[in-house]
Amino acid sequence: MSETNGSHRDEPPDEPGPEEPRGPYRVIGTPPPAQARTLLGEAEHISTEPVVRELPAGPDDPKKATGAERIVAALFLLSLLASIAFIAAYVALPVHSLDAVFRSNLALGLTMAIAFGAVAVGAVIWVKVIMPHVELVEPRKPLASTPEARAAFTQTFTEGAEASGFVKRPMLRRTLIAASAGLAIAPLVLLRDMGPLPGTSLRHTVWRKGLRLLVYGPNTPIRPADFAIPGQMITVVPDGYQDNQDALAKAATIIIKFGPGQLVPDTPRTYGTKMNWTVDNIVAYSKICTHVGCPVALYEETTHRILCPCHQSTFDATRGAAVTFGPAARPLPQLPLGVDAEGYLVATHDYYEPVGPSFWERG
Amino acid sequence: MSWIKARRRHPAAGYAVVLAGLVVIGLGYAAIAGTGGPAYAAPRGGPSALDIAEGAALFSHTCSSCHGFNAQGTSAGPSLIGVGAAAVDFQVSTGRMPGKDFGPENPRKPVVFTTAQIHQLADYIASLGGGPAIPSAAQVSPVGANLALGQSLFTTDCAQCHNFAGAGGALTNGKYGPSLNRSTPTQMYEAMLTGPEAMPVFSDTTLSPALKRDIIGYVTAVRAEPNPGGFSLGRIGPVTEGLVAFLGGIAILVFAAMWITMRRREV
Repeated sequence: MSETNGSHRDEPPDEPGPEEPRGPYRVIGTPPPAQARTLLGEAEHISTEPVVRELPAGPDDPKKATGAERIVAALFLLSLLASIAFIAAYVALPVHSLDAVFRSNLALGLTMAIAFGAVAVGAVIWVKVIMPHVELVEPRKPLASTPEARAAFTQTFTEGAEASGFVKRPMLRRTLIAASAGLAIAPLVLLRDMGPLPGTSLRHTVWRKGLRLLVYGPNTPIRPADFAIPGQMITVVPDGYQDNQDALAKAATIIIKFGPGQLVPDTPRTYGTKMNWTVDNIVAYSKICTHVGCPVALYEETTHRILCPCHQSTFDATRGAAVTFGPAARPLPQLPLGVDAEGYLVATHDYYEPVGPSFWERG
Repeated sequence: MSWIKARRRHPAAGYAVVLAGLVVIGLGYAAIAGTGGPAYAAPRGGPSALDIAEGAALFSHTCSSCHGFNAQGTSAGPSLIGVGAAAVDFQVSTGRMPGKDFGPENPRKPVVFTTAQIHQLADYIASLGGGPAIPSAAQVSPVGANLALGQSLFTTDCAQCHNFAGAGGALTNGKYGPSLNRSTPTQMYEAMLTGPEAMPVFSDTTLSPALKRDIIGYVTAVRAEPNPGGFSLGRIGPVTEGLVAFLGGIAILVFAAMWITMRRREV
């Protein structure tokens, strides 16, 4: 390929011979002599015409530039001082207590910010005031290769394919494809480590028939008579699982007490509260939002709304926690409640539907 | 004013005017929107017939226009029969009552009545139909409270609305869970007992008086906690500091970019 690429030519290595001096020494920053342009590979185009400057040699406003030069130099010196102060602060300031760390961090951060910031501000002033302002247009070559180069590539590729026998020898070709497939499939087996599959665990909580509701915190069972004032709300957990965070992640439940007639019963036509799952107008809902599983317990006693703090899903507690606003797609599941022989509130069954967010197999 | 003349055509002049306007409006609003003073609750003796009569007189000329002459309630205000002295003390000692306007939430305001007057009002309302009494100072004292249990209870049943550090938070339709930073222990106890506004009731049979004191102990203790790492920014949430740093940092970067790319004036 390279032999057809016309943009580069084989050139002799440009090590100067011992008898040939490289040229006059010059100081960095001074304008180069005209023949130095040979470095750009344009030696043959050099003419005797005077070189036209692309950039003016000096600033637009020399008087302003002189003033700006002092400012920029002062900023650079300020940066140097700040760097020295940074080192001094690092060495001198102690870090033996929280307050000392606070002061040390403040000094280090401040000095470093000044050290970087002064250089940056100085550089911008340098560019804006001291350098000349002209618009330069740099022509760009087309990105595509030349037609000759493309034709040569096609030829090389075709000849190479033929010479390799990839087309003529099907056994080699097929076994190579088989080997590649094996290499691709092997890592997929590692996905097994993401298992085991959750099975039916997403559909169940630890609630079951006869399990008492405990007020979370003191972990005391609760009688309907203890929860008799309409407008009450409290978080409850299943008896025996009060310290089991894995279980509580799904089983956390809130109970709310309503006045007579406030709850809207479930009918075949409209969604509502399942009244045979309530005790004395006490209703229990899952505390896990059906959107993405935040604990949902912002209960507004005046509007009977249960609000999720994460994405503002709003549920109507009087109508079986039906969604009235927000991204949640399902009502909060209702826990069937009953009373045991000693008069304490118990669950009469697990939640009948999965609690928390939707999942793929839920349907 | 020649300096304005010289600079008003400067490319940054527009931004400078807008920025100055925003600063003036912000400072002006902060100066006007003052905050109310603290409220007090002092220990007291039992109610007398005179207290009740005084309370009834206060009620009739400051509360009855909304709550009715016999506190039976009107279309503008609920019945107060049976709400109890604790509810009256909470509402009036936080300045929420007498209400000024009928917004979604009754805000905390400067207190109108003296402590003695508030107690007379409370005695009058209690005489109409009982209800929870004003707790004594010993009942609400956070001294010796179980702070760990208080935190557990607070984060389970209170923090959704009031924030994990009691800084308050938003509810629906403009209502909000108010900040607890200026609530006295008595007011917190009364709020749990009576469920003001949209707040549910946490009766003594569900959360015993000792548990209420644990919660009060947590809220008052967390106020005194230091803020290692810098400014607390009102403790309104874990995102606050990052948000402020983000918005402030973006603003600085935007101004820097504007300065770097600003074209020089054509003279």
